[in-house]
Amino acid sequence: MEQTVNNPADNTSAYNFAYLDEQTKRMIRRTLLKAVAIPGYQVPFAGREMPMPYGWGTGGVQVTAAVIGPKDTLKVIDQGADDTTNAVSIRQFFAKTANVATTEKTAEASIIQTRHRIPEKELREDQVLVYQVPIPEPLRFLEPRETETRKMHALEEYGLMHVKLYEDIARHGHIATTYAYPVMVDDRYVMDPSPTPKFDNPKMHNMAALQLFGAGREKRIYALPPYTKVKSLDFEDHPFEVQSWDDECGMCGARDSYLDEVILDDKGNRMFVCSDTDYCSERQDAGHRGQQHHDQPLGGPKSSPSSEKAAE
Amino acid sequence: MTKMNDPLLRVDNLTMMYGDRIGCKGVSFELRPGEVLGIVGESGSGKSTLLRSISAQQEPTKGRVEYQTRIDGTRDVYEMSEAQRRLLMRTDWAFVHQNPRDGLRMNVSAGANIGERLMAVGDRHYGNIRSSADNWLGKVEIASERLDDLPSTFSGGMQQRLQIARNLVTSPRLVFMDEPTGGLDVSVQARLLDLLRGLVHDLNLAVIIVTHDLAVARLLSHRLMVMQQGKVIESGLTDQVLDDPQHAYTQLLVSSILQN
Repeated sequence: MEQTVNNPADNTSAYNFAYLDEQTKRMIRRTLLKAVAIPGYQVPFAGREMPMPYGWGTGGVQVTAAVIGPKDTLKVIDQGADDTTNAVSIRQFFAKTANVATTEKTAEASIIQTRHRIPEKELREDQVLVYQVPIPEPLRFLEPRETETRKMHALEEYGLMHVKLYEDIARHGHIATTYAYPVMVDDRYVMDPSPTPKFDNPKMHNMAALQLFGAGREKRIYALPPYTKVKSLDFEDHPFEVQSWDDECGMCGARDSYLDEVILDDKGNRMFVCSDTDYCSERQDAGHRGQQHHDQPLGGPKSSPSSEKAAE
Repeated sequence: MTKMNDPLLRVDNLTMMYGDRIGCKGVSFELRPGEVLGIVGESGSGKSTLLRSISAQQEPTKGRVEYQTRIDGTRDVYEMSEAQRRLLMRTDWAFVHQNPRDGLRMNVSAGANIGERLMAVGDRHYGNIRSSADNWLGKVEIASERLDDLPSTFSGGMQQRLQIARNLVTSPRLVFMDEPTGGLDVSVQARLLDLLRGLVHDLNLAVIIVTHDLAVARLLSHRLMVMQQGKVIESGLTDQVLDDPQHAYTQLLVSSILQN
């Protein structure tokens, strides 16, 4: 049964619903069912060419196309932001090919496709989080052979993952891996959470929403069903910890969110700002103010040269 | 319980065919804990084929390889599950390659190389892993300050010693060595042999060592097997075989060494 979307320009049916043909979507859905049944296991799928280059989220787009329905509301983020090129183009892609509603509000979305971040706001059971994954194989760093890494997953031989962490501590004095930080899923499979910062790893544990991971170039799909145990790997004497910042968000004053550093000029001035744009603007709407917000009067409390420079 | 006199390894009528060609044929022997067996012969005589078949890397066409495991008693290594076999290979067994680059991870530090087997069997304490790595570096006569250096910055002899440390860290009972001194200059060879002899004695290791160098065989092994064209043509105590060779080929082999 073909569903099509009318092209508003000339009222012809230009694309099948959500771009992919129905057989391809069925194939991806079968893959997704298997992935959900075996949390953390990388299921191969016949990835298609998408009208965008590899590395721009072809895996995530195919997963989203397979799960999206006409009544869904889609949110797309790239590095936490709704207004970056990648996020805008994927959002427009589905608005055009599936005619679905889109939003920038985390709470209003039923499907959220993401690259790099998990939204700060806690997700619900009726939401699906779709990740764009560049390298799905966590063991690739030390073992280039696919035949060997598959065998290692099958036999639960994960000592090698700790060799990488050992090497980190030996070289840097602490576990210096800050993104794509390996996790153990449901006490069975070691999984690469894609290039999300390790700050977001604890959010994956026992998350209410379904999490789907699509790697377009490597043609692998994996998944975390709701409420799955996800544990970040570590050493007994070097426990896992997330990043922290000395500064607060310059716009909304948040201290609990993941902050991006923004260079302001060539004189060493900088500011920190929430990477999750929706979270930041919601806080600002609720009246929270950071030191570099334009509402903040010059020479306000604890004003520093950098905050004066930043004030518009 | 394992008794001291039970054989650790029993090889029975082992035959490896490559199509119509013979790799090795009808080899049988027993190895006891702490015993060092040398396998000598010219190149192409089936030494390495035999070693690969015994060490569970290449399933033989015929014959059995039985190993006295620590918990399960005597098991045929080719009848174990692959998971059990791989666990055995990285805990109770060790394999020292001729070229250390085949046995080391060249892109991680010496410490991580030694620690890998410990982490593979579930050690998750960085401090402990590091101190055992340091300890083993000392045992193979490499300075502690090289612990965080990459193996590619080591000399050939040091790489070979690092490979030995990496293999022995889980206290294996059986070590396979394929020409461990090949490619090293004579003085480094002598030092490595000295070190190996000490470790084998102190740790009561059973060793199967493949070499074409009779001097290495003489120095390390208690017993010797001489191979030619895939078959064992002579075996016995090392001194006996080398001082009173019976088979024509063994006589040729012994007499071809320069005497002073």
